[in-house]
Amino acid sequence: MTENDIISPENLVYKKPELMNDTPMHYCPGCSHGVVHKLIAEIIEEMGMEEKTVGVSPVGCAVFAYRYLDIDWQEAAHGRAPALATAIKRLWPDRLVFTYQGDGDLACIGTAETIHALNRGEHIAIIFINNAIYGMTGGQMAPTTLIGQKTSTCPYGRDPELHGYPLNITEIASTLRGTCYVSRQSVDTVGSILKAKKAIRKAFEASMKGLGSSLVEIVSTCNSGWKLSPAEANEWMREKMFKEYVKGDLKDTTNLK
Amino acid sequence: MSTNRGAIVVDKDRCKGCALCVLACSKGVISLAVRKVNVHGYPYVEPMNPDNCIGCASCAIVCPDGCIEVYRKIIDKEDEQ
Ligand SMILES: Cc1ncc(C[n+]2csc(CCOP(=O)(O)OP(=O)(O)O)c2C)c(N)n1
Ligand code: SF4
Ligand code: SF4
Ligand code: SF4
Repeated sequence: MTENDIISPENLVYKKPELMNDTPMHYCPGCSHGVVHKLIAEIIEEMGMEEKTVGVSPVGCAVFAYRYLDIDWQEAAHGRAPALATAIKRLWPDRLVFTYQGDGDLACIGTAETIHALNRGEHIAIIFINNAIYGMTGGQMAPTTLIGQKTSTCPYGRDPELHGYPLNITEIASTLRGTCYVSRQSVDTVGSILKAKKAIRKAFEASMKGLGSSLVEIVSTCNSGWKLSPAEANEWMREKMFKEYVKGDLKDTTNLK
Repeated sequence: MSTNRGAIVVDKDRCKGCALCVLACSKGVISLAVRKVNVHGYPYVEPMNPDNCIGCASCAIVCPDGCIEVYRKIIDKEDEQ
């Protein structure tokens, strides 16, 4: 048995999803964004929604998400993705409409848009990449930065006296009557990636069934901003982030599997 | 007795050498290529111990850039000999 006997189309068990094109992604090596992009592509393919999905990309490292997944996209102004998604979904109800936003975009400049869209129960899904930092602009403190975490704008660590406390948007979302599904996941291991995929799939299906709005937070790494290797960043996330941002479903009124 | 034999194909010019796949593989199949970089200047990985691969796809699932294709074939142990 040689490798060449195994490498043949009928034995294929995994490859990059079709919807993800061959354009090299600009993300840093090991960045969580890429894993979440792959999951979104796989789910859209499995739902057969390739021609009927509109994504709304943010300002932040994922600003170029539209270059990598071959679906329809709109690029929102900083933090305004949920407002744009609201308009798209209301005008085009048969479309699967989701936003893809970082914590600087969603939990800082766009807090109002996020909370109001979720509270209105818009039939959209919000994918929230929480890496506790502004990645794109060089690792400044975000509302989600952990107490004691060092960033370029709090080099001695976040001090609640001076900077306030970490903002837990996902917990807030779970208290809003407009939300039907609120979940927090991660993408650092095979098991967690499969769970995150299930959560995003549920959020997408809930939006198509008109059950309300959904938020799926992915606790993520920004190894460049954290100044760690990709492997160390995963360790740091598991050790520190999961304590503040506990994984699991926070709310599920969908009755979907 | 049958067993799973696997093989991976790495798109080396898409790889960024993050090494997350190396950690995800419990069979020690993958390593960073020694003192080599791809067209983008990134280090990249190769299947250094291809015979150990069982085709579980862990490496490919964790790869943020979708660089790895995985193949798997069930074979009879006797055929191996
Ligand atoms: C109106 C406006 N204000 C500020 C900025 C600068 N800016 C660009 S990205 C960003 C934050 C990005 O952080 P996050 O949303 O967490 O995404 P990440 O890059 O970490 O994925 C900021 C403040 C901008 N582009 N536009
Ligand atoms: S700066 Fe951080 S979030 Fe942005 S691509 Fe690099 S690792 Fe990812
Ligand atoms: S498919 Fe499994 S055994 Fe083969 S290289 Fe990948 S992780 Fe290792
Ligand atoms: S996980 Fe992907 S990008 Fe990272 S080293 Fe492995 S093949 Fe390369």
